[in-house]
Parts: sequence; structure tokens; C-alpha cells
Amino acid sequence: MEIKNKIKNRESILSTANNLRWEVGENLHDTLIESIYSNASAIAKRSVTLPAQKEAINWEKRLDKILTSRYLGFPIMFLILGIVFWVTVEGANIPSSLLASLFLDTIHPLLKSLSESIGLPFWLDGVLIDGAYLAMAWVVSVMLPPMAIFFPLFTLLEDFGYLPRVSFNMDSLYRKVGAHGKQALTMAMGFGCNAAGIVATRVIDSPREKLIAIITNNFSLCNGRWPTQILIAVIFIGSAAPAYLAGIVSAAAVVLIAVLGIVFSLLVSWGLSNSILRGEASAFSLELPPYRPPRILQTLYTSLIDRTIFVLWRAIIFAIPAGIVIWLVGNIVIGGETLADLFINWINPFAFILGLNGVILLAYIIAIPANEIVIPTILMLTVMNLGLAGVGEGAGVMFELDSIAATEDILVAGGWTLLTGVNLMLFSLLHNPCSTTIYTIYKETDSLKWTLVSTFLPVLMGLTVTFFVTQIWRIFSR
Amino acid sequence: MSTNQQNCETCPVHNAGNLRRLGIDMSNYDFVVALAGNPNTGKSTVFNNLTGLKQHTGNWPGKTVARAEGGFEYNNKKFKLVDLPGTYSLLSTSTDEEVARDFILFGQPDVTVIVADATRLERNLNLVLQILEITDRAILCLNLMDEAERHQIKIDDRMLSKDLGIPVIPTVARYKKGMSELLAAVFEIINGKFVCKPYRLKSKSKELNFAVEKLTGKILEEFPDLPNAKWVALRLLEGDQSIIEAIRNGDLGKIYSVERSKTEIDAAV
Repeated sequence: MEIKNKIKNRESILSTANNLRWEVGENLHDTLIESIYSNASAIAKRSVTLPAQKEAINWEKRLDKILTSRYLGFPIMFLILGIVFWVTVEGANIPSSLLASLFLDTIHPLLKSLSESIGLPFWLDGVLIDGAYLAMAWVVSVMLPPMAIFFPLFTLLEDFGYLPRVSFNMDSLYRKVGAHGKQALTMAMGFGCNAAGIVATRVIDSPREKLIAIITNNFSLCNGRWPTQILIAVIFIGSAAPAYLAGIVSAAAVVLIAVLGIVFSLLVSWGLSNSILRGEASAFSLELPPYRPPRILQTLYTSLIDRTIFVLWRAIIFAIPAGIVIWLVGNIVIGGETLADLFINWINPFAFILGLNGVILLAYIIAIPANEIVIPTILMLTVMNLGLAGVGEGAGVMFELDSIAATEDILVAGGWTLLTGVNLMLFSLLHNPCSTTIYTIYKETDSLKWTLVSTFLPVLMGLTVTFFVTQIWRIFSR
Repeated sequence: MSTNQQNCETCPVHNAGNLRRLGIDMSNYDFVVALAGNPNTGKSTVFNNLTGLKQHTGNWPGKTVARAEGGFEYNNKKFKLVDLPGTYSLLSTSTDEEVARDFILFGQPDVTVIVADATRLERNLNLVLQILEITDRAILCLNLMDEAERHQIKIDDRMLSKDLGIPVIPTVARYKKGMSELLAAVFEIINGKFVCKPYRLKSKSKELNFAVEKLTGKILEEFPDLPNAKWVALRLLEGDQSIIEAIRNGDLGKIYSVERSKTEIDAAV
């Protein structure tokens, strides 16, 4: 009885509201907003004293004019990105080889002799030390130095207030292709981590535009892919240039791939909003925050803790099971061949058409949990598949190479050419998102269909692009 | 010497020494404090200062899309601090604004700290006034005072406090300035030393005032404990679907929390 009364009372509130709504008239919303604004302005007037004369022409406005200028905006953006990568490429070499020699030349033999002295069975020794430990060591020594340079630089830019200016520059492009201008912001977040970028699409109100932003976020190179891009660019593209230009050329190649990612995100957005996700772009306001002097020390600290260690930790966590899987596929033998060899030899003809190889494709399957471990997986599989002597310690041993030159030797021995390098960079840009991101997409869209689209669309594009690049390349290099 | 120290202990600022950052430990909290405000005013920085957590901060709007939660202990009381997404108003329907609005409305925080950009006070006040319609226990944290100074903007915080009827605390969260005063103000509201008399919007439209008054009365009959009946009435007049639903199923009276917490983002990242 009481419940019935309650429901009646509630409904009567609603019906009263309905009746009153007629009396108040249609412009209630405007009246309300107006009174909020006038009240706010009256209060502010009483307590705020603005400077007597306008500051001459302040430097912030001038800087904004330049950074968001129609002609200079994009060139400045490319230049800044280029400098960041160049510093990263040039600075990461020495600490990288120092770490490698510590983890591999010193600690690895120690662990091996330790396991021998306590009499570990060979398979446990293989899984733990040659699989898990080496995978981890590789990730630390190759990824830590570039990340420790790249992230603080990027965070300084972010702290200073440059990212919203990038979004401002991009906004008109995104609107032209029928997507939401805020997609520029979520794309920028994707450059750190695609899963984070996808969560950030919540700022987009329209479901149509949110979906476009989610599907195209993967075209922003994430943390896990930067090191791959940088390493391959140094090995194959930098070395094709004269030595004194190598650093600049490899940095430019990485910038080019990043920009290509932006181009793809625009193209795909355009395609989607003109086909299955048709509609008009909605308007929004983007506030350019004031420039703030970056706090150097704090930025160094937080980017080291928040980003570098965080990403590294994630890489290590995923490297361990991947290391184990690699060791297993390299050691389980069926009909005289290991699982890895069976798969690689089976898929090689197909991979050849794409200008890649079976090793790369297998590595991308093993590395679905984390893009960070693609390169170590490739190296390990290459050595194993070739049966190279003198490097590594046997089947399924993921190892580190003391220098980038040694990495190059392995890859060249595996039949890699400049074309393979270029295609790997392209495929690293255009392939399925990592499993964390896929899961995030599922949670955000709540739809299996859109999750599948977001997962397979980039793979299809990657296969198509590498196919055409390879065919055209082969025609011209004949 | 000893008298000096005694004097210190009676001063609320001294109690900043009693701040214990609890990170994500939010067990058995005594009070809930919400952080609201326009985008990019430094809410997450204040959050990090108080909880010791490292919620990502950056100089751009829209960093926080869902609620982040953390804990701190102050004067032997445990607080749960909720960092809400930045919004320009509470009147529209985007997800981030809804998260903020629903929490202040249904989550019933003990104190809502509104973080405002001192260099853009007038515009920030638009949101402040809307929040003051919903809650009557709020503090204005006037952040970015260093930038205001740099732009030679002077703000009479006492006048502002008098006009708004809530404590106004000037801060520079980036350099941790004003945090102890902020904590002291939170505590004074909680123990009743400072009683807020929040500014309520005045409209010129007679029809509107009449309608709101009538509807407010009806709502209070059914939900007598509602502190923000007038705001609910306004939303009903505007035909806000989520508020209509909340009345229909009675959620309006209940403590309600939005299940999109920080943990979800952590899991995703």
C-alpha cells in the first residue's frame, strides 16, 4: 500500500513538472543560463581587479599565433617531433649497450652456472633462464634508454601546453573528414598508449564519432611500437644514408611513419563517416590552456616513474610468458620439425608476397599481448630458424646482441633487406591492437562487432599496404 | 618556547603536519570529499598532493574522464577523496559531465572542493554557481594564483568568500602552496566551525521562480531530506531524463555511486 502511494506521489511530481513546463515557456534553458552568467559576472566584478592597462602584446598570444598558424603550424609540429626522436636515437645507443653487457655478459652466465650447480632440469633452465630471463633482459636493455629519453621530452612538451595546440591544428582536418575535433586529443593520447586513448574517447558525446575515434586510435604509434620503429629505422634506413646524416635520416623516417599514422587515421575516419558511420561532425569548443613553465625535475621524476617504469614493467610482465612460449615452440618437435619451423615454412610464401617473412608474422602472433616484445621475438625466431651458430645458446633462447650492428648482422643473415625493414615499420604501424587495447575497445563499445572491426581493419590495411609497397618496389628495383 | 608551541597547536595550519597520504587505501573512511571544477584547473594536481597518488596530470583539458579515488588521513579522520572529470557546466548530457553531476548529486560528498582557475574567475564562477545549487557544503579552491599574479590580476578572496557564502582558499597546487589551508577549511566545514550559506541563483523571471517554488515543495514532500530540491526542480522543468528516472524509481533519495571508478581505467591501461 505504502509503495503504491510512493509511486503515485512520484508520478504526481512528474506531472506537475510537465504542467509547469508549459507555463514557464520554451526558453527556460536560455533564461537559466542567462541568469547564471549575469550572477557570475556580478560576483566577479566585486572581487576581481584586472590589470589597469592591457599587457602590451603578451608573448603567449604571439607564440599561439605562430604554433597554430595556418602555414607554420604543421612544419613546426614535424620539426619538434623530429628533434625529439633525433635526441632519442642519438642518446640511447651507449646506455643501451652498457645495460646489455651487464645483463647478458655478466648476469646471464652467472645464472646459468647457478642453475647448473643446483642441478635444475634442462627444460626448467631453458624456460626460466633462456626464455623468461633473457626476454626480460632484452626488454630492459633495449627499451629503457630510449624510453628514459623520449618520455621526459614528450612530457615536458605536454606540461608546457603544446599538445592542445597540436589538437587545435588537427581539429579542422578531423572535422573535414566528418569526425569529431576532440578525436585529435584522443589520438594524441594514443601516442602514449592506445588503451588510454580509447578510454579517453569518453569525452566525445556522439556515439558515431566516438566509434570512429576508437577504431582509428590504433593508428597512433604507441609506447610499445616506438622502440621497434626507432631500432629498425636506425638499422635499415639510417645505414642507407651517409654516416653523418644517419641520425637525422632515421629520426625523419620515424616521424614519417608517425605522420603516416595520422594520415591513415584521417583517411579511415573519412571512409567510415561516408559509409557505415555516416553523419555530420558535431561542433565543440576547445580551450587552449595557458602555457606553463614546465617543472623540469618533477617532470623527469613522474615521466620516469609513471611512464618509463610503467611501460617497462608491462613489457617485462608480458615478455616472461612470451619467452616461455618462444622456448616451447622452438623445442616442441613434430615430425622432425619444431612447431616454429613448421609455421614459418608454411607461411613463408605468403609473407614473401608482402615483403615480410614468416618469422615476422609468427612474432606478431606471439606478441599480441604486448607490442614491446615484437623485436626480441623476431630476433630469437630468426636465429632459431636459421640455426645460426655462435649466437644465442640453442633452440628457443632469446638473447641480446651487444650492439645494434650485431642485431643487423642477424637480420641480414635472416634474409632481411631495406624492403623488409620498411615493411616491418609499416606493419608495426598497421596491425591489430595489443590484447589490452582490444579488451578496452570491447568494454568501451560493448559490442563484439565493433571490437572485431577495430581489430581486423588495421591488419587488413597492413597486409594491403605492405603488398603494394613490395610489388611496386620489386618492379622498380628490377 | 613551550608556549610558542602551544600556540602552534591551536592554529589549524599547524595540523597540516597531521596529513597522512593514504594512496588508494580508502578503507573505513569517515568523510567523502569531492573535487570538481572546470577542465585544466588543477584538480588532479590537488588530488595528487593530498593522496600521494600519481594520477596523470598534464596541461590540457580532459585528462580525467572518469572518477579517480584516493584516501588521506587528517586530524585522525580518514577521508575518501574523489577526483571528478572537469566540466564547464552541469547542464548538458555528455558522459564526463554526468559523472561529475551524478556524484555531487547522489554521492552526497561531505564537502565538495571546487577548483577554479584564478585567471579566469568569471567563467569558472558559472560552474561554481551551478554546484552551489546542488550542495551546501563547498569550498572554492582558487588555484593558479601564481599565474593570476603574473597577469596582474588581483582577487579579493574575502569579498568572494562573503559573496559566495563558502570558504575561498587561494592556492598554487603545482607548488603545493595553500594545501594546508585547504585541508583546514575542509575540516572546519566538517566539524561545523564554518557553516556555509551558499549563494543561490536569482532569476528575474517571475514565472520561473513561481514554478520552481511550487515544484520544490512537491519534491520535498516526497524526498524530505534532499538538500538540493530546488536544483532537481529546475532539471525537471527542463525535462532532464536521468533526473526524471531517478524520481520515478526513487533513487533520488538513496546514496548512489557511479560505478566508473579509477580501477577500471587502471585495468584498461
